[in-house]
Amino acid sequence: MAINWFKYSSPASFYSLAGKMIPVFVFVALILLAAGLYVGFFVAPTDFQQGEAYRIIFIHVPAAWMSMFLYVVMAFWAGIGLAFNTRLSSMLATAIAPTGAMFTFIALWTGALWGKPMWGTWWVWDARLTSELILFFLYIGFMSLQAAIDDPRRADKAGAIIALVGVVNIPIIYFSVQWWNTLHQGASVSVNQAPAMASTMLTGMLIMVFASWMYSIAVILKRTRIIILERESHTVWVAELQKKGAM
Amino acid sequence: MFMWIIKRDLLLAIRRQSDVLTTLFFFIIVVSLFPLSVGPEMNMLRTMAPGVVWVAALLASMLSLGRMFSNDYLDGTLEQMLLSPQSLSLLVLGKALAHWLVTGVPLVLMAPVLGIQYDLPVEALFVLTTALLLGTPVLSLIGAIGAALTLGLRGGGVLVSLLVLPLYIPVLIFGAGAVEANMAGVGFDAHLSLIGAFLLVSLVFAPWAAASSLRVSLE
Repeated sequence: MAINWFKYSSPASFYSLAGKMIPVFVFVALILLAAGLYVGFFVAPTDFQQGEAYRIIFIHVPAAWMSMFLYVVMAFWAGIGLAFNTRLSSMLATAIAPTGAMFTFIALWTGALWGKPMWGTWWVWDARLTSELILFFLYIGFMSLQAAIDDPRRADKAGAIIALVGVVNIPIIYFSVQWWNTLHQGASVSVNQAPAMASTMLTGMLIMVFASWMYSIAVILKRTRIIILERESHTVWVAELQKKGAM
Repeated sequence: MFMWIIKRDLLLAIRRQSDVLTTLFFFIIVVSLFPLSVGPEMNMLRTMAPGVVWVAALLASMLSLGRMFSNDYLDGTLEQMLLSPQSLSLLVLGKALAHWLVTGVPLVLMAPVLGIQYDLPVEALFVLTTALLLGTPVLSLIGAIGAALTLGLRGGGVLVSLLVLPLYIPVLIFGAGAVEANMAGVGFDAHLSLIGAFLLVSLVFAPWAAASSLRVSLE
């Protein structure tokens, strides 16, 4: 029996599906988070060069990966929404942006916390740090553009265009910053030469990456549900939900 | 139609010269503020000069973006342009080109004078002007997307800076980098070639993106 996947592109059926999926993802996220933090703090050995301070990578690396990955996912759904005029895709893109921006911020913040004991400074104009900062600006631009537009459909489309322009620009910006950095030879420290990691460290980090995934999915689904309710508040099915008290 | 748009926008700019002059003087004032804030030490100013001139050019070009579409939007001309059978991308290209002629070219012409104030050597002045000549059209083209997206929004002026400034970064890096490379005695061709590449890419894609932005903003 074939499942009609397009059924779930309707906000009403997606709303109930997401409602069923959220507890699962929350549960998995919590378990992975507990396991990852346990491995990170108790199992993984102390690094002989960096001491205990290296343990921040268990948060920093997943956050940095998610920040970049979520931007691409956001642009993808925004693009789908623009191309096929599907409302749900655009709502999903809108829901992804705050989570992505949050991970970017965490990556920058934990990076600074890590840099202080390692490099003796909170911030260096390293290529990766700089491009992460610019990524943060791109998220902020996307969110403030959508916030400034009152009509949600126009906000969706305008946001989609700026997200796609951003995605095209990310490689250009990344390589520009990298070349700019090598030209200046400013930062003598570099994050590129990571020492080979102990396998428990890698395991802990990967578990934390999956925990961040599950967390992101849960939060994004929840936010999408709220956006659906907000935008569909005039429809019959939302009114029925309200009557049943199922919200 | 393409030429008509450029002619018309230039005519409008000539009739309202104050707009052009404001942007130019903004550029001059911003560049002049730096020696006042960091001190008149010539060696330091010389190393800062490319960056300062480029940042000021970015800001000046961005400040005038609001005017690219807003007047036509307010009096309804833009809606007529959208209805016309001409390709909208071509119209946007015309608008961006006119914006460059009105704001970018005066900045390029003014840059050597400001460079002299910062005691740049003659060859560096030449590189600075060339880099600006190649880079300012990119600013106008990318800016057109931001201007089209923020058309008629409240607080559009500040918003447009959030949208376009991160996208200006590559041009800034290589624009200022060309002059710095020249002063350091290294070749600057690669920098100029990259800005040229940005120009070609944005010539192809920016009008198209800006045209779809306009359709979104006006629907």
